[in-house]
Amino acid sequence: MSDLRVYVEGIGLWSPQLADFAALRSLLAGQTPAPPPARPTAATLPPNERRRAPASVLLAIEAAGQAVAMSGRDAATLACVFASSHGDQTITDYMCATLAHAPAELSPIRFHNSVHNAAVGYWTIATGCHAPSTAIAAQAASFGAGLLEAASQVLTEQRAVLLVCSDGAGSWPLAEVTDCDQPFACALVLAPAAGAATLARLDLQLAPPQPDDALPEPLAGWCRGNPSARSLALLAVLASNAGSCRLAAAPTLGLQIAMEKVA
Amino acid sequence: MPHVMTPLAVTAHTATSALGHGLDAQLDALRGERSGLRPNDFSSAPLTCWIGRVDGLETAALPAALASWDCRNNRLAWLGLNQDGFLDRVRAARARYGAGRVALLLGTSTASIGATEEAYRRLDADGGFPDDMLRPAIHAPHSLAAFVAAALALEGPCLTVSTACSSSAKVFASAERMLRLGLIDAAVVGGVDTLCDSVLFGFNALELVSPEPCRPFDAARNGISIGEAAGFALLERIDTAPDAPRLLGYGESSDAHHMSTPHPQGLGAELALNDALARAGLDPAQVGYINLHGTASQKNDEVEAALVARAFPATTRASSTKGFTGHTLGAAGIVEATMALQAIEHDLVPGNLGGDTPDPVCGAQFAWHNEQQRIDVALSNSFGFGGNNACLAFARAGFVA
Repeated sequence: MSDLRVYVEGIGLWSPQLADFAALRSLLAGQTPAPPPARPTAATLPPNERRRAPASVLLAIEAAGQAVAMSGRDAATLACVFASSHGDQTITDYMCATLAHAPAELSPIRFHNSVHNAAVGYWTIATGCHAPSTAIAAQAASFGAGLLEAASQVLTEQRAVLLVCSDGAGSWPLAEVTDCDQPFACALVLAPAAGAATLARLDLQLAPPQPDDALPEPLAGWCRGNPSARSLALLAVLASNAGSCRLAAAPTLGLQIAMEKVA
Repeated sequence: MPHVMTPLAVTAHTATSALGHGLDAQLDALRGERSGLRPNDFSSAPLTCWIGRVDGLETAALPAALASWDCRNNRLAWLGLNQDGFLDRVRAARARYGAGRVALLLGTSTASIGATEEAYRRLDADGGFPDDMLRPAIHAPHSLAAFVAAALALEGPCLTVSTACSSSAKVFASAERMLRLGLIDAAVVGGVDTLCDSVLFGFNALELVSPEPCRPFDAARNGISIGEAAGFALLERIDTAPDAPRLLGYGESSDAHHMSTPHPQGLGAELALNDALARAGLDPAQVGYINLHGTASQKNDEVEAALVARAFPATTRASSTKGFTGHTLGAAGIVEATMALQAIEHDLVPGNLGGDTPDPVCGAQFAWHNEQQRIDVALSNSFGFGGNNACLAFARAGFVA
């Protein structure tokens, strides 16, 4: 099996500490980036949808919008892979609490927003995207598994793919079993060939499972507090000139990634 | 348009639903035009509706080594894996290719959310989960795939696809891509969804649940009946199994229209259909049977029937089998894929159970009762919330488009 080679054209990132990918670069360069507003802007959504959409959707769409803007691509043309370990924990908590006490009062809107593909559904509606879209989960390996799925779509279909990986924060009592203490979202636009917008080249290879590479604080703490933040291992490499990292694609499968910058 | 793909061999498959455990029970019910739906007897405060419930789950404990995964959804997964010799076929594939060369790609809409619901019903005095429910792995969307990976001892790529009611159709597409790239040599695909309060009360809140057994494509249809099911298939390259039925193609698309109602002209459904036909190298006239999504919701059936009427000749036969199983949500894709495969294997076009007074929008393609005829190519449609569409194309061994 040869390497899976894909080209990065856009990078999006949002956490309570980091407004975007530039903020991560500045943090890694020893500066103190200004934190973003408390609620992601999610400017891709029309204003009425932005008011109605759950926080988990705003989070995913904020990162997606940043990555697509950086790529210069038309969002409507991109196949979409949205990954999340836990989906919308706020809605899960609401649904389970309501079902335990007053099931007949369950909100229909919150029910349809509870599907794991809610964020990608809102995204395709907002961008008029008729391309294939999927929503996946793989516990702590959701980013690595999503990257593998996205890369396989890029290479077999020879088309650009938007990968998003996001998880919100959990609330008690659900948080006891989800272990998410703060939101995190990232996004990549991946393409099959180098072009004017190419930022970096990634060579992916399946590998035996290994522990994730150690990251410096505060990145390591953010990784512990949100499964989607495991992507910081790759994002930190993308913020440098060249390098490699390992990510889990499954508990029994690793992903070895070599990155080379394309100027 | 996509290139024509090299077909894949479906070397094993199985389904367990309200029709019974395994393919023989399913075929018997289809042949007898016998529904598996029953009055709702699920949960402590059952809504007035009909459900497709799988018998025996309450006593179908998991093996001791897998006991930490116990919940209704994983019990149904285990029950399903134990039908039709499927476990042995996976073991053989694992031995032949190696555990790391077999992918596990499963679809589910709600996974084991029923266990999380239960934890909330039995919270401790301090407001936390009871001790026996402090099992993080079952309170996550990946619960099903992680459990099945443990049960089958598979170590290749492992993914949950959760795109509501198209979930377990889309896993066929992911598997084909990984096989084509040489990342794997075989894939276990499928899906499981179980009855739970979230979907029963959720669809009820959307006013999409019928108080009667669902009547897909009937002029007086008034909503869905929810069911539960497990189904699995093993996909390998055709040169290893030239006599097995084939996955000929697949199509995927997004409606970009609305979160819970389909595009009024069926735009996304038609894109997925055309993508599947192109990938399979098929003309519509070569399609013998279409297992429709046909949920018995007003909008889905109207849009899907119009698509069938404009895209296919009358020689293509079409029906929904939701009247047999109920809508098994994230498992519908795989269950109906096995019905498409049975149509090919047994020359059986299943009748559209429940469509006693056909909606006038339905064309001559509809098989309102069983028909016995040779089927070389069968499609299966699966459409989900969020406007997520998938279409699968299967064919008889040796079929060349």
